[in-house]
Amino acid sequence: MRKNSRLPNLHNLGIHLRILLIVNLLAVMAAILLSNQLNEFFPLLAQLSALVQPILLLSMLGLYGLYPILKQLKYWQGIIAIVVLEIAFISLVYLFINRLFAFDSTTEIYRAYLLTAIVTGIVLYYFYLQERAYSPAIAEARLQALQARIRPHFLFNSINAVLSLIRSQPKRAETALEDMADLFRVLMSENRDLVPLAQEIGLCHQYLDLEKLRLEDRLKISWQIDDMPSDAIIPPLILQPLLENAVYHGIEPMPEGGEIIVKIYTKHKELHIIINNPYASQSNHHTGNKMALKNIKERLKLHFDLESSVKTEAKNNRYEVHIRIPFGI
Amino acid sequence: MSVLKILIADDEAPARNRMRDLLTDIENVAVVAEAKNGKEAIDLAQQTKPDLLLLDIRMPLMDGIEAAQHAQKLEPKPHIIFTTAFDAYAVKAFDLNAIDYLLKPIRLDRLQTAINKAHALKPKQLDALRPLQKIRTHLSIHERGRVLLVPVETIIYLRAELKYITVRTAEREYLVEESLTHLETEFGERFIRLHRNCLVAPQFISGYEKRLNQDNEQQWVAILKGIPETIAISRRQQHLVRES
Repeated sequence: MRKNSRLPNLHNLGIHLRILLIVNLLAVMAAILLSNQLNEFFPLLAQLSALVQPILLLSMLGLYGLYPILKQLKYWQGIIAIVVLEIAFISLVYLFINRLFAFDSTTEIYRAYLLTAIVTGIVLYYFYLQERAYSPAIAEARLQALQARIRPHFLFNSINAVLSLIRSQPKRAETALEDMADLFRVLMSENRDLVPLAQEIGLCHQYLDLEKLRLEDRLKISWQIDDMPSDAIIPPLILQPLLENAVYHGIEPMPEGGEIIVKIYTKHKELHIIINNPYASQSNHHTGNKMALKNIKERLKLHFDLESSVKTEAKNNRYEVHIRIPFGI
Repeated sequence: MSVLKILIADDEAPARNRMRDLLTDIENVAVVAEAKNGKEAIDLAQQTKPDLLLLDIRMPLMDGIEAAQHAQKLEPKPHIIFTTAFDAYAVKAFDLNAIDYLLKPIRLDRLQTAINKAHALKPKQLDALRPLQKIRTHLSIHERGRVLLVPVETIIYLRAELKYITVRTAEREYLVEESLTHLETEFGERFIRLHRNCLVAPQFISGYEKRLNQDNEQQWVAILKGIPETIAISRRQQHLVRES
């Protein structure tokens, strides 16, 4: 087992939806196995369901409530805690059913414990595999940062711009090199933990200062972030690569340049980030890679599952990326 | 030794400044013009007649490679050296064709060597670079010793005459020595063939009408925006009228 595995985010609706699906699918399989004929299947499934649904409901509520505590544990401790919790939940349900319907099912309880442990194991293993499937996106983020996201084009042009300043404006050259160092420090670091939104915005300012050096008045940017919750936490490098795309595809091909609009606000407990840039569909500009966008989608999915979305739209000669992530978790 | 006249083309001012700084350290050269894109480079080159164009590859409006192609029609034909920060495909193409290019940031000694051996490109070498850019943004037209650049998006129709192609914009007509088939393959997305000898940009067509031609036969013609001429539609292309 890898060191960095984490329990699934039990405050996420998508995760609960998956738990619901897997367990019910297993119940259907059990009903199929137990029934000899098709007409036995539905009564059996209903019977199983009557037992499974209360357990599921109790588990989901319990795990949701206890997640802040579970989160503190090491991965293996969390696994044990969840299995123990599930066994406790099933005991509760059995106790309740015994009281209510007064039939004797004590003989079944050990069988039920065993089944619970197996089903819990299957679900946790599923989430473990899922995390592993998406984790390369995070490792790749670092690599791509050097290869594609910070485009070599940007790196060498920036160095060239700094060189042009050294003789005439050494102070500006100094600031530019400092900005570059900061930018690359972030790009080369382990980008696993969430960062405050204000920090990402700061990074974007440094990046844009560098681009301004090259593009001068051609690059205009309008920040519409008055309603932004600067303490919101987001995965790092969500905004910067998108701004880089906007500059590369939206500003550089235009002789007169253009304006990039960044809008950040919250609505219904969700953080919305919108980046809007000019876009010439007929330009001869290299059709850039969709790597940055793809990587951001994968990382958001890993962090927030179904609760985040990335939408892109091109119309009226402008291109827009709209990111939605849950706020306040 | 005579002074080598140089034109610098780059969309980024710092890059132009840097190039000028470097050139001050090289003897017997003079910067005669600076351009912000390929089109400006060609226009300025006609006024200043430089011996050498230093062309950045990625520029808005018209990139360096297209500018180099149009520059082949200039008189006298300038030498060309490309400059680029990073264009993996371009660099590969240059290596294959042994065309001179400089990688930014440019080193003084590399620049010096390139200028020492500055040589004119052969059109064949430039043809090999064509795949880099999909389609030209401008047609270059030779007229009374000058090269005129006509933006492709202003062209209403292209009509094959005996030896030339007539290029019609809202302002006037130009003659260009190219083949209509070649133009059709390159700009196929922009023009439709209404007649055996004519390609028309659909956004300039305002409607269709049936008219009598010289042989007193009914024939469909396309009415064009901004100019009085009409374009006859051949029988084979009449489905276009019905579809519109």
